[in-house]
Amino acid sequence: MHEVSIMSQTLEIATENAQQQGANQIHRLKMRIGEMSGVVPEALNFAFDVVTEGTIAQGAKLEMEIVPVVCYCPHCQIEFQPPDLFYECPQCDRLSNKIIAGREIELTSLEIS
Amino acid sequence: MCGNCGCSELGDLPIHTHHQPEHSKNEKIRSLTITQSILSKNDRLAERNRNYFLAKGLLVLNILSSPGSGKTALIERTITERTTEMAEDASAIASSLQDRLKVGVVVGDLETDNDAKRLRSTGASAIQITTGGVCHLEAEMVLQASQNLNLDLIDLLIIENVGNLVCPAAYDLGESLRVVLLSVTEGEDKPLKYPTMFKSADVIIVNKIDIAEAVEFDREQALTNIQKIAPEATIFEVSARTGVGMEAWYDYLEEKMHKGFSHKGFSTEDASRSQTDIA
Repeated sequence: MHEVSIMSQTLEIATENAQQQGANQIHRLKMRIGEMSGVVPEALNFAFDVVTEGTIAQGAKLEMEIVPVVCYCPHCQIEFQPPDLFYECPQCDRLSNKIIAGREIELTSLEIS
Repeated sequence: MCGNCGCSELGDLPIHTHHQPEHSKNEKIRSLTITQSILSKNDRLAERNRNYFLAKGLLVLNILSSPGSGKTALIERTITERTTEMAEDASAIASSLQDRLKVGVVVGDLETDNDAKRLRSTGASAIQITTGGVCHLEAEMVLQASQNLNLDLIDLLIIENVGNLVCPAAYDLGESLRVVLLSVTEGEDKPLKYPTMFKSADVIIVNKIDIAEAVEFDREQALTNIQKIAPEATIFEVSARTGVGMEAWYDYLEEKMHKGFSHKGFSTEDASRSQTDIA
């Protein structure tokens, strides 16, 4: 359950940015969550309600974009989206450990007033 | 014309006033683009740790597994056997400066300092971090704890993470090598169930192989799963209890100590691009 600490850190970054803009309320937070980030979106949603209570983000909407895994095959020099947990290059069948997307835990934008 | 409802803004004021308050409210809500990795702070601190440890000439291991896979037992045996053996080497070669491999351990648990006590009995310096419910170690905790060890006197810093195969995967501590343990009692499909953790490993150690038969552990299947999930990881099969297979692990550590090695780290490129602008 590190989603609570992830969400607390997200709220911290969001609040800091909102306050820098002179805002006193956060209406919406948008995040990008990688499939291979180890974070469970449902747990983030739950944590969001808990950590935002009594803050300037109370009642805000959390939107999450799930980022699929993209790997790179150094042999074929191509990027590919693996269909399963085994990151096998569709051209040469070699297994790749070069993950170029899918690990993101990012705050991308806010709606504030 | 009003962009919201299409009514004329010219002339017909009484009709238009019905949504005037809404207009002013909408105008106040602004969109702010941020794009910041949530773990960027930890990633930065981990990078600072990595450079710091590197400057001290330390090999740093981050040891991870489920609770009860044998992390503490593995560390105990590594410390006692390795240090003793190297001490013998030193006495054989009187002029050798390398009299003993000095190990420091930072151990994380939710509560109690039982593991640190256990590790101290081996003669190593061990510092306990009790996270008080936090399910993983973070870079800052490791730096704080390591300040209680005399880093100039040790060669190998072992970090025993909180027993958990999920959360610690996301937190880079500044280690040189990430070591993930899997014990035979956990089943051969563990790497498939926790791919994020196993994919992040530099080394995967299959532990408790002395009881593999009793628990009907399918070794071939387990190794296939590990290789498919983590094709670049180095694999060892050991029993930290009996000592079987540990020699290969020691040789590997020794080689790394001589060569120097840095874990690939976790900071994605996204962590570095942090921009703020009003849309």
